[in-house]
Amino acid sequence: MKRYKVLFLLTLVFILALSLCSCGNDDVEAKKNYPTKTLNVYNWGEYISDEEDSEYGLFDVNSGFEDYFNENLADVYGCYIKVNYSTYATNEDMFAKITNSAVAYDIVIPSDYMIQKMLSTTNGSGEPLLLKLDFSKLTNYANISDDFKNLYYDPTNEYSVPYTYGMLGIIYNAEFVDQEDIDKQSWGLLWDEQYKGKILQFNNPRDAFASAMYKNNWDINSKDPTVWTNALDELKLQKPLLQGYVNDEIFNKMKGASAYIAPYFAGDFLTMAAENEDLNFYYPKEGTNYFVDAMCIPSTSKNPDLAHEYINYMISVEAATANALYIGYASPNKAVTESAHYQSMLSANYDTEYVSAWEILYGKTKEEANINYSYNPAYMNYYSDESVDIQSVVNSRWEELKTENSTEMWVHVTSIAIVVGVLSYASYDIYIKKKRSRDYRMRDKAKKNS
Amino acid sequence: MKKKRSVMHAIAAAPHIFWAILFIILPLIIVIFYAFTDDSGAFSFDNILSLGEYVPIFVLSLELSVIATFICLLIGYPLAYIMARAKPEHQKIFVMLLMLPMWTNLLIRTYSIMAILDDGGLLNTILGTSMHIVGTKGAVIFGMVYDFLPYMVLPIYTCVSKIDKHMWEAASDLGCNTFQVITKVIFPLSMSGVISGVTMVLVPSISTFYISQKLGGGTFELIGDTIERQFVTGAYNVGGAISLVMMILILISIGIMNRFSEEDEGGIIV
Repeated sequence: MKRYKVLFLLTLVFILALSLCSCGNDDVEAKKNYPTKTLNVYNWGEYISDEEDSEYGLFDVNSGFEDYFNENLADVYGCYIKVNYSTYATNEDMFAKITNSAVAYDIVIPSDYMIQKMLSTTNGSGEPLLLKLDFSKLTNYANISDDFKNLYYDPTNEYSVPYTYGMLGIIYNAEFVDQEDIDKQSWGLLWDEQYKGKILQFNNPRDAFASAMYKNNWDINSKDPTVWTNALDELKLQKPLLQGYVNDEIFNKMKGASAYIAPYFAGDFLTMAAENEDLNFYYPKEGTNYFVDAMCIPSTSKNPDLAHEYINYMISVEAATANALYIGYASPNKAVTESAHYQSMLSANYDTEYVSAWEILYGKTKEEANINYSYNPAYMNYYSDESVDIQSVVNSRWEELKTENSTEMWVHVTSIAIVVGVLSYASYDIYIKKKRSRDYRMRDKAKKNS
Repeated sequence: MKKKRSVMHAIAAAPHIFWAILFIILPLIIVIFYAFTDDSGAFSFDNILSLGEYVPIFVLSLELSVIATFICLLIGYPLAYIMARAKPEHQKIFVMLLMLPMWTNLLIRTYSIMAILDDGGLLNTILGTSMHIVGTKGAVIFGMVYDFLPYMVLPIYTCVSKIDKHMWEAASDLGCNTFQVITKVIFPLSMSGVISGVTMVLVPSISTFYISQKLGGGTFELIGDTIERQFVTGAYNVGGAISLVMMILILISIGIMNRFSEEDEGGIIV
């Protein structure tokens, strides 16, 4: 009986929880009898403002869009809207999902080189994977700085609306790294033997090879395999100095001072510096990677009109400011960067004793930037599309790097000892059993005979 | 009567068969398809033939997981034995304590271990040392042992606790001391538990990629990392080929293990 009571209580809790969940959706249903359409948005993780915090200028942008649409545009489109938001971790994951999944996404936010790849890839009917945008519907498009139009991945500016951009630089711990090494402002810091065991490197071939290529002023988009071989040699030199090849572990390792030097993106550096004031940052003088993530509509979209409204909302001053402050990456939206509200909030959120967030994100001092919002062109240097051949060249070299000197003697010795030990035990066991049964048989025979 | 029962059987089995086809057979066919085709979808042996360059990675994965499995056995067998010999009310607590870490996701546990063992992590801060642990093979083996130990203990525990207590008394009567009782009677009788424990630790250890990425510091790759990287970079065909070969190798090694345990009753069935 007791058991039934417990079961009953559990069921009750479950039902209550369920009903609470469904209650949350009720306020979406409004007075008029329009159907509710779902807009599938597919974005990077942690890449949209999703908390209410008026002090820091943040609000939940997705529900902000739903409210805005359902109030102002429901009559125009004859429907209410519900945003179905999901996230991915890499451009490649997103690409695989778009090409294979049954879900028709309405908005994706890929990086530059991936947009180029999606435009050069065609679906079954010979169309590119992205839809041409109707810019007449994007009334806020004037907010986007001209510097981010007609870039290499979308030269005719028909398919994408820039969302954020950022640059790669070197993060260092000022407490442990000498000023004279910092003054060189070079990628060479990642190869400095003085900091052996305290240096991190990207765990993806593209960025790791690029750092070696920048260091030596080689073309990071080279189609010449020997350049990649030379870069491999550089990385092999670096490998003994590294603490590891890492991705998002960089955050914890740098914050906790497990490592002192790492290459990473400016926007993420600001998040780290907010928790460890010893961290500082520079853009290497040899040049660095510059990326743009832009909003696009996949050609599989079921609601391109609504998707346009979403993009238009995202580049409005309110939403773009909240996103820029939340993500901490630089914004290509001049309505945002020119606003005093954004500038003061940015500095309130991210400035530390040594670091001016504005200077790091936009490459210029605040004073200069008040006159000219644009980024510093000296840092501009794009990754461009990798042809399939170069990609396999890069992959095979990366493999070589990872397998080089990867085994140690004690691993061989111990594992072989274990295998030999287990096998000899097993065969001894079998031998004993056979011997024993033979002995029994002999004894039985002897008994019978006597 | 007989016919009626077979219809019932078919109805009862239908969801399982459907499940097996959808999530086991179909993915297997897809893996095999990718392994034997090239980019354009034409039949080719190139992927399988190109696997030679991955042999060192295969060997390293196998070695590390063999060591980890052996350590699991060394730690796990005495633990399982003690648990099985404890009072029934204590046994429940033991089992729960053993399962407790498994309530937390494996990825989170591994990530936390990384944070604890890191150069500037909790352990080094408390001890005031600067040991370099994360990034070594030892750390990866530790991670495997930590994550998969319960899979070793539970089958052995089940097996040992099923052994009749009178076996112990009989062995003692016939002149065995405590050590001999364990080595000559209990251990051979619990062999099927040991075999399934070894399998349940060895197989996930060989194919792990998260543990080696986080605790190995990315300076070396295990076969799981290689497969993951192939799929992430879009090289489905090579990834499929490696997966296929690995599955076959695991099948062979389980087959060998079952061979050895055939003498005893009931090794695990693949």
